[in-house]
Amino acid sequence: MTAKATTSATWEQDVLQAEGPVLVDFWAEWCGPCRMVSPVLDEIQSEHPDKITILKLNVDENPDLAMQYRITSIPAMKVFQGGEVKTTIIGAKPKFALEQDLAEFIG
Amino acid sequence: MKGALVRQVIIIGSGPAGYTAAIYAARAKLNPLVVASSVEAGGELMNTTDVENFPGFPEGIQGPDLMTKMQEQAERFGAEVLYDDAVELDIEGPVKRVKLGSGKVEEADALIFATGSAPRKIGIEGESRLSGRGVSYCATCDGFFFRERVIAVVGGGDSAMEEATFLTKFASKVYIIHRRDELRASKIMQERAFKNEKIEFVWNSEVVDILGDDAVTGVVLRNTVDGSTSELALDGVFVAIGNDPRVHLVHGKLDLTPEGTVWVDGRSSRTSVPGVFAAGDVIDPTYRQAVTAAGSGTVAALDVEHYLAARGEAGEPDVRGDQIENLAGADATV
Repeated sequence: MTAKATTSATWEQDVLQAEGPVLVDFWAEWCGPCRMVSPVLDEIQSEHPDKITILKLNVDENPDLAMQYRITSIPAMKVFQGGEVKTTIIGAKPKFALEQDLAEFIG
Repeated sequence: MKGALVRQVIIIGSGPAGYTAAIYAARAKLNPLVVASSVEAGGELMNTTDVENFPGFPEGIQGPDLMTKMQEQAERFGAEVLYDDAVELDIEGPVKRVKLGSGKVEEADALIFATGSAPRKIGIEGESRLSGRGVSYCATCDGFFFRERVIAVVGGGDSAMEEATFLTKFASKVYIIHRRDELRASKIMQERAFKNEKIEFVWNSEVVDILGDDAVTGVVLRNTVDGSTSELALDGVFVAIGNDPRVHLVHGKLDLTPEGTVWVDGRSSRTSVPGVFAAGDVIDPTYRQAVTAAGSGTVAALDVEHYLAARGEAGEPDVRGDQIENLAGADATV
């Protein structure tokens, strides 16, 4: 199970109204570090399918959400729970570092 | 048998220098391992868009695509690429050891150090706290998010002018904050910036603080002539004050130059330690181009080949070498 995509149109349902924690990866085609972090997020998703939902949001196609959440650098990962941002991670990191940052959700 | 194999060469770094060294070393059947970094694999070009000056691509090529191609070319000849970080080196003896972030230790007869350079930081508190929250070192990566915003570029060289000019595509206003009253940048880049209506110069000023709780709101400037301080309201700060060679792994192990780069012997890639070679931006305080880095990677691979051949002739016991040749010979493509 790899991470799925989300968009402005499905945001409310996918992210804000989701029951468990949802990690949204704000990314773009032109972002080199995003290419590095993407497969790592896929791995984390497949290892913890019941604990967290990981979704990818393309900032080129959904600039409104990038603006709304004041994204200024990507990759940016935000964990939502109950419609609120619980954790923000900025920049590509090795898997073990991401797992540490997400410990309260996947630990 | 494969478990006991010691490699002939480990290459640390996966920019143009590292991958070009890997292509040559793999073709020479040196069984190279590329320690590519866990998050920065591909090096600086991963953060660029159009690369228009790499020979062979008349239409230009995207930086990340160029690096993917270099990696594929190295792998085609048998180079192994590892997405991990070198965290410690043991390079004094005849066997070079590289400790990885995973805790594993890799060994080889020779080492090519090609870690490149990293953007220089101003070195003030707000800078690291707000990094990724309005403080950026890469206009092409982050400029997109500053549409109709007011931002500043810190620096006075070519890269500062280039970033500022690029950022006017998005921002409503771009200040260039520079410590002196004249620029180090080349004439053509200066003129381009002077002519741009969205760019305004803030001369004789250095950034002493970056303001904001969870996003940049402004900077505190100190006038370098009269010492007065002032505040400038901003949504973003792009730092372009130069690059520093990434030498933290070899401090106290390899000789460095006064510029802080790894010292190499003349036009060769030989460092102060036998069997350790260096290539790319980490030895180059001057040119720092993808093409010069690639050329430098070639030099390093050829120097390694020569070093290993000379060592073999000196009659050193090198049983492992035979094993490797047999292994590599099995799927030779050249």
